Amino acid sequence: MKTLIKNGKTFFDDNFVRKDILIEDERIIRIAGQITDPADQVIDATSKIVTPGFVDIHTHLRDPGQTYKEDIITGTLSAAKGGFTSICAMPNTEPVVDNIATVEYIQRRAKDLGYCKVYVIGALSKDLEGKEIAEMATMQQGGIVAVTDDGKCIQNAKLMLNCMRYAVNFNLPVISHAEDYNLAGKGQIHSGKVATQLGLSGIPALAEEVIIARDIMLAESAKAHLHIAHISTAKSLELVRRAKENGLKVTCEVTPHHLLLTEEACLTFDTNTKMKPPLRSEADRLACVQALADGLIDCIATDHAPHADYEKEREFDLAPFGIIGFESAFAVLYQDLVKPGHLTLERLIETLTSAPAKLLNLKAGILAENSPADLCIIDLGDTVLIDSDSILSKSKNTPWLGQTLAGKVTHTICGGKITWQAEPAAETNEPT
Amino acid sequence: MTNTPQFLGRSVFDLDDYSAAEIMYILEAAKGMKEINLREYKKIPTLRGKTICTLFIENSTRTRMSFELAASRLSADVVSFQANISALSKGESLQDTVYTLDAMGIDLYCIRHSSPGSPQLVHKYSGKPVINGGDGRHAHPTQALLDIFSIWEKLGDIRGLKITIVGDILNSRVVRSNLIGMRKLGAEVTVCGPRTLMPSYMEEVYGCKVQYDLQTALQDADVVMGLRMQLERQTEGLFPSLEEYTKHYVLSKHTIRYAKKDALIMHPGPMNRGIEILPEIADSQQSIIVEQVANGVAVRMALMFLILGGKV
Repeated sequence: MKTLIKNGKTFFDDNFVRKDILIEDERIIRIAGQITDPADQVIDATSKIVTPGFVDIHTHLRDPGQTYKEDIITGTLSAAKGGFTSICAMPNTEPVVDNIATVEYIQRRAKDLGYCKVYVIGALSKDLEGKEIAEMATMQQGGIVAVTDDGKCIQNAKLMLNCMRYAVNFNLPVISHAEDYNLAGKGQIHSGKVATQLGLSGIPALAEEVIIARDIMLAESAKAHLHIAHISTAKSLELVRRAKENGLKVTCEVTPHHLLLTEEACLTFDTNTKMKPPLRSEADRLACVQALADGLIDCIATDHAPHADYEKEREFDLAPFGIIGFESAFAVLYQDLVKPGHLTLERLIETLTSAPAKLLNLKAGILAENSPADLCIIDLGDTVLIDSDSILSKSKNTPWLGQTLAGKVTHTICGGKITWQAEPAAETNEPT
Repeated sequence: MTNTPQFLGRSVFDLDDYSAAEIMYILEAAKGMKEINLREYKKIPTLRGKTICTLFIENSTRTRMSFELAASRLSADVVSFQANISALSKGESLQDTVYTLDAMGIDLYCIRHSSPGSPQLVHKYSGKPVINGGDGRHAHPTQALLDIFSIWEKLGDIRGLKITIVGDILNSRVVRSNLIGMRKLGAEVTVCGPRTLMPSYMEEVYGCKVQYDLQTALQDADVVMGLRMQLERQTEGLFPSLEEYTKHYVLSKHTIRYAKKDALIMHPGPMNRGIEILPEIADSQQSIIVEQVANGVAVRMALMFLILGGKV
């Protein structure tokens, strides 16, 4: 089976160039200015861009255990619609991914039924309890690509140190969801002006920063690769900058919502503005945008966190933390960062593709001959409506609900197969 | 009045939705209601046939009574729904509770809830006007209105008055609503308490002054308001002991002398005598604490009357 993508502006070697792409089965076999080979299927990408399939190293698929929120089918379908072809599933499922059986379950389900490649991230501690080290080595044999207690944070510094030392043995990056429980307390939103105004308990920036400072020191001692999940404050970024300057293997990711929204969004008591870490101040947001542009932040990750309508549809302080991210990620970032000129399109694509893939050593994120045929085609001139009817995720918890956003993913191809197509099927005849 | 404010069908989530002129209009209406409360037969037929629901998801006998009395005196039918949040979170959601109540034909909800923003939810689910009777630490607009009414009644124009509020500012919804209302009417407000009980950005958010020293805070105050200090804040590690708190922040004969000579003494209740305020002050000639309670009924009557379009 051959698929030919014609006339697109293709993201190749970090630049957009007019190139055709020929796919055979699961691989890209040729990238060239003009390909006239016969193909079973031709997709006309005239006036569109063609990029590597997006890579999201921070997602919650809720499967096994909480499939009323999401499952591997709807989660990967939602990812495919957003242009993602490789995603990493976080271990806070029920049961927790702290054993090889659960690792294999997720991989098998994704392989059999999924619309995108799913890599599994294992737990750092058994049952995410922060008490004993999880069986990382066994899980690694099953294919995990990193370890984390994401959603939770190991408070015991000695255990965290030992987890890192153990992970180093197996070359597993350690991902830190940085949150000091005592400082965060019962906090609901960022500890700032809006928390004061709304009388909601605050989650201070310090709750994140003290753990990042701690984990950087622990990682230095353990010689571990520390990856900071969903970084959100200006001071956190300073800590990472210093660690990088000191030559430590410390990396970080940022979410679209921390790049685009601030605590002000919470003024409406919309529970779709409630997540961890919370939406921060405008100064923090601007620091994140700057750090993404200048390379201090390594990549973008959505932290796709589905919750059922009835869980979010309640009193603000009783609603769960988290929002979905796949289907709006590219469009919101393109519309609100690239179009106004805060970020180049090239940097946006890099931080959605090759950069995250490199962090966790995934075979993904680039368009090259002989690389996996994972790519997406985007019409920057078209728009996408984010509403509860069109969202493919089981859950609809997004602060962009009801909005029409610029930049539409028209096709997603994963492993040579079309996993998402916004328009009627392309002609399947030979090109003339 | 050239431009009569419109209140029909409006909710009272907090005072930020109301202009200074609208607040004054409510106070004028409350004045009329207070007169009714002083009659021998304290009832007018104006809201006959209307149904008011007090929906209290957090215990408060006093505020609920005040709302219910206000409704009764306007001849509205009153139904009361009480639950605690633990029961509600285990069983029926707020959404379903409101759907159920709404099916019974409620015209106005008065809600008390520990979650900030819940009055907005009740309005969203019912489409009916809602009066916020206190939502967590967020807002307590009827308390603020009755406080402002009480000051206005005694001292006249609020503009330029120096008002000092002392105590647990962090956990007080009363302070937040009062700050909005008092600042709109032109008062100079100072808040005072230990740093650990003071939210950040108070000056920027409310345009008030922040003092940590009681003596400085009370300087030349026209009005001094104490706030209830809750014992559980001690176990939360916010201050070392009630004894130490009292030593530095109690309103007493000794500390109150820094304020103006006849400064009004206020407290939203319930009081902890001997902790944030001493009886010598609470029961003094300057104190209007008991009157505040009476004014609460009048202010709530005024709001119900205006929102439900009562006929005179």
